[in-house]
Amino acid sequence: MSRYAAARKGYVRPMQGWWRRDPFFMRYMIREVTAFAVLAYAIILAVGVVRLAQGEVAWNGWLAALRSPGAILLHIVLLVSMIEHARSWFEIMPKTMPMMIVGGERVEGSTIMRTGWAASAVVTVVVVAIAWWARS
Amino acid sequence: MPDGKRIEIQVLRYRPEEEERPVWQSYYVPYTDDMSVLQGLQYIKDELDGTLSFRWSCRMAICGSCGMMVNGKPELSCQTFLRDLQPGPVRVEALAHFPIERDLIVDVGEFVKKLESVKPYIIPKEPRKLSDGEYLQTPAQLEQFEQFSSCINCMLCYAACPQFGLNPDFTGPGVLALAHRYNADSRDGGRAERMEILSTEEGVWSCTAVGYCSEVCPKGVDPANAVNQNKVNSAKDYFLRFLSPKGESK
Repeated sequence: MSRYAAARKGYVRPMQGWWRRDPFFMRYMIREVTAFAVLAYAIILAVGVVRLAQGEVAWNGWLAALRSPGAILLHIVLLVSMIEHARSWFEIMPKTMPMMIVGGERVEGSTIMRTGWAASAVVTVVVVAIAWWARS
Repeated sequence: MPDGKRIEIQVLRYRPEEEERPVWQSYYVPYTDDMSVLQGLQYIKDELDGTLSFRWSCRMAICGSCGMMVNGKPELSCQTFLRDLQPGPVRVEALAHFPIERDLIVDVGEFVKKLESVKPYIIPKEPRKLSDGEYLQTPAQLEQFEQFSSCINCMLCYAACPQFGLNPDFTGPGVLALAHRYNADSRDGGRAERMEILSTEEGVWSCTAVGYCSEVCPKGVDPANAVNQNKVNSAKDYFLRFLSPKGESK
């Protein structure tokens, strides 16, 4: 320890409200908060599976609950939140992946992002098509 | 100054022997279009207030000494120009998330300890004689680590990382990027030693992929990518030891 150590008095700045300091942090927090929409929807689906196992009356009750105005409003909120969650994750995805070399060229971050969107678009179309086919 | 332009620079002052907590102080600085924020601070120190303390050296974005918060963003003050910040005021503060030592100077002691801990140099796989000649590397092998070797230890990425701000024990983006720079080098054999630090909770697992570190890097390094690649490597190390328990103990 140097002879100046006693005179040192490092000032540590507080972190309260850090996420409001920069728009970048706000967008990060929106990404994190919208994860709860994904969780909420997973719980709704899991409840549906349990109600299905409990028999026809329980299942029809669950379906009726989904048709209520409150449930439709909730689903609109969840849909918007999940699209934003997907968007923000595709945005960070190139940073989370190992370097990929295809044909001797490094795959660009924008290509990885577009691939994510394309995959989710294909899955969405397939799921909607199956649901459409199954409802008749 | 020929065109007589002036700009207000507000500096967060902290003189530990005088005040309990930092205070803002305003200076009015004449400037020309080619003047950086650093040159504005140098004007203050030379002409207005000699007690102002700040670090600087090269003035050309390669030494990494003059990082500070300019209008709330982590910047190298030597490559941030006053003309882009007019009409002002320009608010200048010591790099966020580090303890302030004095005025715009932060305490970098812990950062240097972390940097040393990851052995940021090539550890040869086996002893090599001069007569063996130079190492050979393909362009693809070079690309695996090249961008990470541009790090100048300016610590802007630490000032951009809220996880470091909330937990100062987090190894942090810059040091983890440099650890990866050597791990990803085909000449290096020190990966197992470095993974012991990377795989801890204070290593890569304290990162929540905010990603701001990569945005603010003045040298185009992508620390978020280095950190997150090593979450995969750390997880692989963890699970693969069940498959090949006879490997190295590290």
